[in-house]
Amino acid sequence: MSTITTKPEKTRVARPSDPSKPKPYGLIAEFETPAQIVKAAERVRDEGYKWWDCCTPFPVHGLDKAMGIRQTILPIIVFFMGLSGTCTAFILQAFTNASDWSFWAVVWVTGYPYLISGKPLLSTPAFIPVMFELTILFSALTTVGLMFAFNGLPQLYHPLFRSKRFRRASDDRFFVVIEARDPRYFRSRTAEFLKSLDPVAVEEVQD
Amino acid sequence: MTSINLEPGVNRPITDNTDDQPGVRQPLVLNMDRFNQVTQQVCQVAEARRTPMAWYVCFAAALGLMGLLGFCVLYLIVTGVGVWGLNNPVMWAYDITNFVFWVGIGHAGTLISAILFLFRQKWRTGINRFAEAMTIFAVICAGLFPGIHVGRVWVVYWLFPLPNQMEMWPQFRSPLLWDVFAVGTYFTVSLLFWFTGLVPDLATIRDRAKGKIQQVVYGAFALGWRGSNRHWHRYERAYLLLAALSTPLVLSVHSVVSFDFATSQLPGWHTTIFPPYFVAGAVFSGFAMVVTLAVPAREIFGLKNLITLRHLDNMNKVILVTGCMVGYAYAMEFFIAWYSGAIYEKFAFLNRAFGQYWWAYFLMVSCNVITPQLFWFKALRTSIPMMFILSLFVNVGMWFERFVIIVSSLANDFLPSSWDVFTPTWVDIGTFFGSFGLFMVLFLLFCRFVPMVAIAEVKAVMPQADPHFGEDQHDEAHESPAAEVRS
Repeated sequence: MSTITTKPEKTRVARPSDPSKPKPYGLIAEFETPAQIVKAAERVRDEGYKWWDCCTPFPVHGLDKAMGIRQTILPIIVFFMGLSGTCTAFILQAFTNASDWSFWAVVWVTGYPYLISGKPLLSTPAFIPVMFELTILFSALTTVGLMFAFNGLPQLYHPLFRSKRFRRASDDRFFVVIEARDPRYFRSRTAEFLKSLDPVAVEEVQD
Repeated sequence: MTSINLEPGVNRPITDNTDDQPGVRQPLVLNMDRFNQVTQQVCQVAEARRTPMAWYVCFAAALGLMGLLGFCVLYLIVTGVGVWGLNNPVMWAYDITNFVFWVGIGHAGTLISAILFLFRQKWRTGINRFAEAMTIFAVICAGLFPGIHVGRVWVVYWLFPLPNQMEMWPQFRSPLLWDVFAVGTYFTVSLLFWFTGLVPDLATIRDRAKGKIQQVVYGAFALGWRGSNRHWHRYERAYLLLAALSTPLVLSVHSVVSFDFATSQLPGWHTTIFPPYFVAGAVFSGFAMVVTLAVPAREIFGLKNLITLRHLDNMNKVILVTGCMVGYAYAMEFFIAWYSGAIYEKFAFLNRAFGQYWWAYFLMVSCNVITPQLFWFKALRTSIPMMFILSLFVNVGMWFERFVIIVSSLANDFLPSSWDVFTPTWVDIGTFFGSFGLFMVLFLLFCRFVPMVAIAEVKAVMPQADPHFGEDQHDEAHESPAAEVRS
């Protein structure tokens, strides 16, 4: 453990004196078609790499399986957030329209029992539209918010953006990225392996 | 199609992909076989240094109309709702008509992005981006009207359940409050859906950016998207979830809007057919507006290979179907009015067709029921000028539908002694036309600076995007005799 904690300090000191030795982020290999990237991804997966990725301009069919990505738990969380939206709406309506309770939340808030045309105070059927809307609202906000959060976005800087070649990942090229922190990563051996996948080019990206 | 095969050496650009042959899947992206061509075609609009002259002309006109809106709204706020032509029985007229009209237009975008997505209608990718943008702008216009018609705009926050000095809350049994939640949720979810779809495309523009400002601005909105497949996996899941959530939402919004009327006791409003009828009408008017905007946009910005004739043809088919639904609803309303045996109900409908607003009723029927029937003919469905004109008719007709429902029912209710006539003032008319200015300003800004077609989604539906592309379909496509022989 002690070596791990001291190491970053050492590099921080060493960096200004030795700018010619930047830390590598990893290697990228560029491919031209979806078929090639799927085949390449299968090979990288079978080789046993863990810290690697494929970057594509659009979701390629079958690439999840080729990479061995596990199903995200996002839908399960969204379901429970949706339920909490339903409950929030019911509690909100029951409290504000059918109770005279008060509680303190920055200011005192008090319910107001509305007696409208002799209808029961707790008129649940009339509360359903708002319950539905808040269910959808909470679910949708969770879906988008958590999707970006799980993806680690927004992240405006990324080492991959240093590569000019990589800019085509959002246009028409498909990339395999193997990160230097992968235990199986050895610069020359990994580069050799990537070349064996028949890419257009292999490039090293600095952090 | 045969004419192309006759001369294999000549690559004539394909313009018509509307033909349906058994076993042949028509391309949705024409004359392009490389992904880069799609990127290029869409991005060139947002990246162009020079803006087309037509854009400036439209933008100036739109700004003028928006100025009119601003003036009318300001005049209304400083003077009071008396500047409108409202009177005692007709307390809702242009304001709510415009609200329902704009919310209705806002339905096409989410229908295209959500329902067509769940039904795996791949053609949606060509039009979903700007239909969604149109939805958002239409809902902004819609939201304006209930906001200003409350009279005292400065207490508009009473619409929301916020603790206030009166210790009062909104009344949740009122459909008007459901509306606040329905439209608010709809706007938020549509915006999320639109933005989620935009992120990869903004990243594309960021990566192609020539200037620093462009790179930073688009880069900030792209949130650092880098196309990682681990991200795409969650992204696709989230997109599917959003589609599944938006599908009931889009059906609920106009249902809730119709509750504003249907839950009242006014003859002509008190009808159970309203929710489905309003939803069909909303989709009808929304698609008409998409066609109205798509036809000039694809011409001006050169997007004919992405928004093809087949897309327009499909939209016209949706207009035809929903137009028939709307026609059915009109007929069924009359039947039920007669069948109910209620004299007020019978009178309300006879009065609608033959009373003081008969002209509005006949305008509505001819625009909404008769006009779309022309789309039974393929020649008309695929004729650009024809569909543009017909879509305008539908837009007009759908505005009058809301006007007829709202004003004719209010003007002549139970007691003849309380009847009156509604006549719009110049402020009414100015606010209505001004709202088109607001809509067009937003839409033109969108066209100029945001990728108008979902680049990543279009690429994904190209045959080249399939990892198995070129394995065996390749042989079929070329119809070469050698392909028949397989060892």
